[in-house]
Order: sequence, then structure tokens, then C-alpha cells
Amino acid sequence: MRARRARIIAPWLIGVAAAAWIVAHANYVTDLSAFLPAKPTPLQKQLIDQLRDGPASRLILIALEDGDAHARAHMSLGMAQRLRGDTEFSTVDNGEPVSARRDRDFLFQHRYLLSDAVTAQRFSAPGLRAAIEATIENLASSSGLMLKSLVPQDPTGEMLHLIDELARTQGPRTQNGVWVSADGARTLLVVQTAAAGSDTDAQERALNAISTAFRASVTAAGSAGSAVQLRMSGPGVFAVAARAKIKRAVTRLSIVSSVLVIGVLLSVYRSIAALILGLLPVATGALFGIAAVALAFGAVHGITLGFGITLIGESVDYSIYFFIQSLRRDAQGTASGSWQRLLWPTIRLGMLTSVCGFASLLPSGFPGLAQLGLYSISGLVAAALVTRFVLPVLLPHGLKVRDVTPLGVWIGRRRDSLRRFGGVAVAGAACALAIIALSVLYQHRATLWNRELSTLSPVSLQDQRYDATLRSDLGAANVLDLVIVTGPSLEAVLGGAERAKVPLQSLIDSGVIGEFDSPANYLPSLATQQSRRSALPERHVLQERLRTALAGLDLEADQLSPFVNDVEAARHGALIAVEDLQGTSLSSGFGALILQQSGHWSALLPLHAVTGAAAPDIDIARVSAALAAAHLQDTQVLDLKAQTDALYASYLHEAIRLSLCGFALIVLLLLFALRSPLRVARVLAPLVLAVLAVAAGLAACGQELTILHLVGMLLIVAVGSNYALFFDNEGTQQRDEASPLTLASLGIANLSTVIAFGLLSFSQVPVLAALGETVAPGAFLALVFSAVMTSRAPPSAAPADTADA
Amino acid sequence: MTLRLTSLCFAVLASVAAHASADDLDDVMHALAGRRHGEVSFVERQFLSLLKKPLESSGELLYDAPDRLEKRTLEPHPESLLLSGNVLTVERGRHSHVLELQSYPQVLPFIESIRGTLAGDRTALERVFRLQFSGNLARWTLVLVPLDAEAAKAVAEVRIEGAKDDLLQVEIRQTDGDRSLMTLHAPVGQ
Repeated sequence: MRARRARIIAPWLIGVAAAAWIVAHANYVTDLSAFLPAKPTPLQKQLIDQLRDGPASRLILIALEDGDAHARAHMSLGMAQRLRGDTEFSTVDNGEPVSARRDRDFLFQHRYLLSDAVTAQRFSAPGLRAAIEATIENLASSSGLMLKSLVPQDPTGEMLHLIDELARTQGPRTQNGVWVSADGARTLLVVQTAAAGSDTDAQERALNAISTAFRASVTAAGSAGSAVQLRMSGPGVFAVAARAKIKRAVTRLSIVSSVLVIGVLLSVYRSIAALILGLLPVATGALFGIAAVALAFGAVHGITLGFGITLIGESVDYSIYFFIQSLRRDAQGTASGSWQRLLWPTIRLGMLTSVCGFASLLPSGFPGLAQLGLYSISGLVAAALVTRFVLPVLLPHGLKVRDVTPLGVWIGRRRDSLRRFGGVAVAGAACALAIIALSVLYQHRATLWNRELSTLSPVSLQDQRYDATLRSDLGAANVLDLVIVTGPSLEAVLGGAERAKVPLQSLIDSGVIGEFDSPANYLPSLATQQSRRSALPERHVLQERLRTALAGLDLEADQLSPFVNDVEAARHGALIAVEDLQGTSLSSGFGALILQQSGHWSALLPLHAVTGAAAPDIDIARVSAALAAAHLQDTQVLDLKAQTDALYASYLHEAIRLSLCGFALIVLLLLFALRSPLRVARVLAPLVLAVLAVAAGLAACGQELTILHLVGMLLIVAVGSNYALFFDNEGTQQRDEASPLTLASLGIANLSTVIAFGLLSFSQVPVLAALGETVAPGAFLALVFSAVMTSRAPPSAAPADTADA
Repeated sequence: MTLRLTSLCFAVLASVAAHASADDLDDVMHALAGRRHGEVSFVERQFLSLLKKPLESSGELLYDAPDRLEKRTLEPHPESLLLSGNVLTVERGRHSHVLELQSYPQVLPFIESIRGTLAGDRTALERVFRLQFSGNLARWTLVLVPLDAEAAKAVAEVRIEGAKDDLLQVEIRQTDGDRSLMTLHAPVGQ
């Protein structure tokens, strides 16, 4: 006996220790990637890169509101100065012309390599004449003052052209030297973190640094600063808030549901020892579940831990069945081990049914679902095995739990009063309910499924709106619409970006897009630089052409000798490299638009909507068509929102398909185990009815169903199959009545499940709430329906042993 | 001692002179302030050392009290400069730029001189310029010298000539010797 105990307990303890070690050393991630595909297509890969690490993910928008505009401007300068000294941030912009001088010097020095107007034609005698005539005409305009001093060095107006090109994508309005919103109510700053947006810890540090800088500037501003409010937005802000929210929700819900479930168990068992033993399967299951996910996926998503609560709901049932049924039988003098013989096969079949259901999630491309599947399978198997093998050997002699027969009798009476109507009436009522549910679902078919990923987002609609307000204040490119050029080298993607300019310019001309940014505006490809450099004529050729060009113009050739010298210097100068951008504001602009990942380069060309357009959305289909017509390789338009929603819709379809496969698997399993289509139908009918009723109820309440509701339905079948199998087992094996004890244990198990999931439905985190509001009513209905529909006396119950299942 | 006396005398004389013309300046300012709306055509000639001949452009100036001034150039190239409050909007071809005037001190004298004068807002003018007035309400000359060091680097002075509440001519002298001369005419029919 002692040796047998050791043979069982030792491997269990070793397993628990190993799982605990894995859990303690696992990598936990809390970013959006739980909702992104595990095996992406190339376009999806770019999408994920964008969402995780792209410039958009590193952007934090800061607004100072209320108080006095002058005080806000002062605080903006103070905060920017402080943040610029912080290595957490790669750029800090508040509209100050901090590097204006260096920018001007850089542009002027490299104007013949940077300007797209530099061609051989422009430096021919007629080309020069046309350019110089245009410059003279410009002298009479408002930019004449700036231009005047440049003319001797730059008579073809390359500098003005460059400035015009870069100013096309203009920033927000400036007031008191810093950026403000169009109505002047908000003072604006934009920072980019050095770390990727997916690094939530780094994002949190960055947010703290901004808050600290704000408080310092409030102090510096004195009384004028006290009224000013700090608000921040952006992907990092959302990620940090979401993490905190999920953490809070998961912690609070775990504690509250544990306390409630423990309270229920304690009041039932009236025994601390039984309670502690009863929680062992739950704890072991949770540990093994997380460990299995960590081993299989390398990282555990925070949201998977949130789903862990669901495991409490089901695995605690096993020990409830064990204690109530086996201990009472012992007390009645039944031979020890009858539980293992009589009831374990039913629990095992229920567990296998759940495993089949969750196994259907494993192949999902949605990592959150695949992890949930593995977590549930390993957790349930571990919990069931601990209940079956470990609990019996740990059970102290003489452990007594309260007799819950009266509860079972009470439940039996409630059931009997329902069944008094007779089998035909029950079948009729079930059919009627199914028809009502199906017709409700049919009525709501258009809005039944929600296809937007954002519905899963823990970010509130209000926060999303504020984010949109700040973005429009900043006139920032809509970071959701990009043209993306990929290639094996920087040179390749810059060349691709230059070629994309032609179709994009025609889209501007036809009013499809307002403007676009391009990294090639800051740094042309080497090939382009070379061709511009070789377009510059030799000194004596240039002098000769200038003489011809200036004939009849009001400009003397000798005024332009600085020009001749500069062109000669440019002809022999080096091409511009990335390092030359250092120290200019162009560097951050360029860096934001170039991504490099393991030898794979991407150039991003964000699209701006037409300003003041009636519809602010860009017609992506037309952009896509224009790019396709230009036959550009490796150049695609990426509509992040449409893509993520399409991705999510594909998950949803996949999840529906997989769930149906899971259901088919459950049917096969039950057919094999029960060997009777009629019994299978009787076991599954109440579960299907419960799922239909819950889905119809949610639809009738105007709730659009998400992928998490679907998972919830799977859980209804998983949990409910235990109930139905018990009723089926009792009905076939002994008498046509489930024993009061079985009814009591099912009632208590159901109560604990409804408590755990009922609490989830109050969560502020949409994914958890969706799960709760599906499973809590579903589990209750599954019990009621099973009690009424499944446990009817079979017409010709040939005593069949289900132990072979 | 003699030196101090002499300088004192000059100071007194100067203040008397300033005081005498200050009344006339107030008259002119008062007359200008009474006008709520103005619309004139202009011809601007720029004399640049760089070019052999002056550059000429023309268009119209529109003013609405208290602070909206638009310079609409029609020839040789259409361009619009709109100053409203502190915001300067430049439109040329497809391009439109919005600038905050304070951020461009070197541009300020070119446009604030005209707007401040049209508004008859002496206090506003004195915030940006040192004022020298000569003449009387019937025919006057106002010379504005920028106070801001950055502005003074580009512009030596702005000389505005007028009769009663009409501006006749605005001359901007730049520090490098270049100058522009803008002649204003009431459009036909006014």
C-alpha cells in the first residue's frame, strides 16, 4: 500500500515541481500578437511587423490641455528638452525648429543629389534658361526674400524645390513656437520610443518618463501650470493600459471566483481537508496547462492566463463528483473503489469529450485560440488524472463530508415536476425552443458575427476616438494606410520607393490621395544619386551653356560663379549615405519609414487623405489598382485596418469550421463509447439546445458574437457533456432515476461553474466578458436540459457496462 | 558741462518735435482706424542688385478691420498672401503653406507694417517698430524701423506715404541696399 502510494505520489510531485519550474521561467507576452497569425503569409507578416515594431507602433501622441496657452507652450518646450535627453526616445517633436539650421545646411550641400529636378535636360542650355527664368520670376513672390541670397549659388532653384517637396506633408499649426491643434485648445508633442511598440515594459517606462517630465514642467510653470492636463495616446499607451486592465481583471476575478467557489465547497464538504484535496486537481491542472503552453509555444500570452479561470470552472467539478459520490458510497458500506469502477468511466468520457472539443482549437492560426486549446487539454487531463489516481491515495481514513442527499432530493423534485408533463411534452417543448432559437438566429444572421478585431480590443471606444482626434490635430499621415516596398537591401527598397512615386503622384493629381511620404525624399537610392551626379556638366561646359542661357536675361553670368563652383564640387563629391543624415530632423523622418528585419528591408510610404475631403478614407482599391497597373515589383498597399479585420474574419471562419470539426469528433467519440446512436443523440440534444438558446439569447440582446463567444459555446458542450453523461449513465446502469447524490454533485458543480463564469461576464475586458456571458447561462441550461431530456428511462434498457469506454 | 547742456537742449527740442508730430500721427491713425474695409490695386517694383532691371508684379490688396490683410498677386504669377490674426497663409499653385507670423521675424516687417498702418493701431505698430512721422493728415510719411534684431537684419526701414486715410506708396528698404516700391491705387469705380 505504502509502495503503491509512493509510486503514484512521487511522479505527481516531480511533475508538479517540473511544471512549476517551467511556469516560473516562462516568457509571458501581453502584446497584440495573441490576435495575430502564427504562420503568416508575406503580406500578413508585414502587417504584424507594422503592428509590433513599425514606426506607428512606437508613436506616442501627447496633448497638453486646459490652462493658459502661453504656459502650455512653455511646458511643451520644457518637456521636449527633458525628453530629448532621454534614451528611451528616438525622436521628440513639438514644432520647435531645433535642427532647422542643420537641416538647411544638409539640404543645401546635397541639393544636386537630392533634387528630383536634376536631369541632363535641366543642365542643357535651354533647361538652364527655363530654370533661371523661373527663379527670377519667383524673386518677385513672397519667397523672393529667402531666394535672393541663394540665387548666386542656386540659380536653378533646387533648394526651394527641395523645401517645397518636404513641406508638402506639413505638420500641425504652430503657436508661440510650438505645435497646437487647429483650434489652439491643445498643445501637441509627438515622440517616438526607441523600443518597439510590442515591448510593453519599455512603453510603460516611456510613459512614466513623459509623466515625470510633465510634472517637472508643471512645477517649473508655477501657478499657471497647475491647470494644465496631460493626455497621451497611441499604441503603446493602449498596450500598457490594456495590460494593466487585463492584469487587474484576471487577478480580481481569480480571487473573487476562488473565494466564492471555495465558499460553496466548504459549505458542502464541511471539511477543510476535503477542500484542500479538492483544490489539488485544479491547481495541478492550471500548472500543467501553463507549462504545456510555455513548452509548445515558447511564450505564454497574458490572455491565456485570463482563460485559466475557465479551468477552475470545469476541473473543480471532478473533485466534487469524487468527494460527494465516492465518500457517500463508502459511508453506505459500498466496497472501496466502487467510485473508480462505476463513476470514473463516465468522468473519463466527459473529460475525453472536452478534450475533443478543445483539440479542434489546436490547429487554429490564431495563437490565442491554439494556446487556449492546449492549455485546456493539458489542464483537464492533469486535473482528471489527479482526481482519479492521486486523490484516492491521499484520502485520509475516516474523512467525512456532509450528506448532501437532501439537496439531491430537492433537485430531483424540481426535475420531476418538469418531467411530469411526459416525454412527448418534453420533446415538443425542446423542439419548440430549438425552432424559436433558430428563428432568432436567422433574423439576426446579418449581424450575428462581429468581424472587427477591435471588438476584442480592451481599449474603450472613447479612447480610440481621442486618439483619432489627436492624429487629425497633428495632420499626421494616417498610419493605417501605407504603401510598402520590400526587398533584400536598402538600395533595393529605396529604388522601389522612387519607382512608386510615379503612380502615387498620378493618384494625387486625380484626388484619390492627398499626399504621401517616402524615405526616398530624405535619401535617394545610390543609383538615383549617381544618375543625378552624372547629369551635372563639366565646369567649362556649364560655363558655356550658362552664357547661352543667360542671353537676354537680367542676370549677369559672372554673378553666378558660386553656382559653377558648387556644381563642380558636387560632380566630384561623395554620394549621400545614411550616416550623413545624422543630426538632422531628416534622420528621424527617414528612420521612421525604413524597417530592417533579418536581412529583409521595407520602405514605408504612408498615404495622407485629401485634406478637407468629404470622405476622409482613402480608396485603397484605387491605390492598389494604380500600383498594379505600374507593374511594380514587391510594392503593395497595406490597409492595416481592413487587413486586420480580414485576418480576424478569416480566424472566425476557421474557428467556426474547427468547432464543427470538434463537434463531429465528439459525436464519433460518443458513438464509439456509448455504441448507440440514440444514446448519443440523447446526450447531445440538451447540449445543442443549450448552445442554441444562449446564442439566440445573446443575438436577441443585440450582442454581436465574437470568436470568444464561439469558444464559450465549445465550453458549454465540454462542461455540459459531463452532466449529460452522468444522467445517461445513471439511467442505463442502475435505475431509471439518477441518484440524489449524483444530482447533488451535478448541482454543486454547476453552481461553481456558473459562479466562475458569471463573474467573468462582468469583466471590463471584452474577451473575458464574452466568455462569461456565454458559458454561465449555457452551463446552467445544459444541466437543466440534460436533467429533463437525458435521464429519461430508456425504452429497453439492456444493462450495458460503459467501463469499456 | 557745455556738452551736457547742449545734449539736454537737443533732447528737449527733440521731444517737442516728437510731441508736435505725435498729434498729427494720432490724427492720421484715427482717420485710418475709421476705415473698416479697403480694396486697392498695387504695382510693386523690386530693385535688386542681382538683376539689371527691376522686377515688377501687380495685383490687389484687400483689408478688413481689424486684422485681416490679403495681398493677392495676379501678375506675373498668381499668389495669395493672407494674414489673419497671427497666421499667414501663402498659396501658390497647388501649394498652400500656413505659417505663424511670430516664428518668422524676418517676414514680419513686410506685412505687419502695412496691416498695422491700415488698422490705425499705433500701439500695435509701436510694439514692432520705432515710428518716425512727418507731414500732416492731408499728406504724411510714416517711417517704420524694426525693433526686433532678427527683423532688423533684413529690413532697414519701411516708408509709408499717405493722404488722409489712403495709403499711396509703401517702400521697403532692405539692409543690403535692395528695395521694393509698392504703389497703391484705388481701383476704378471707388
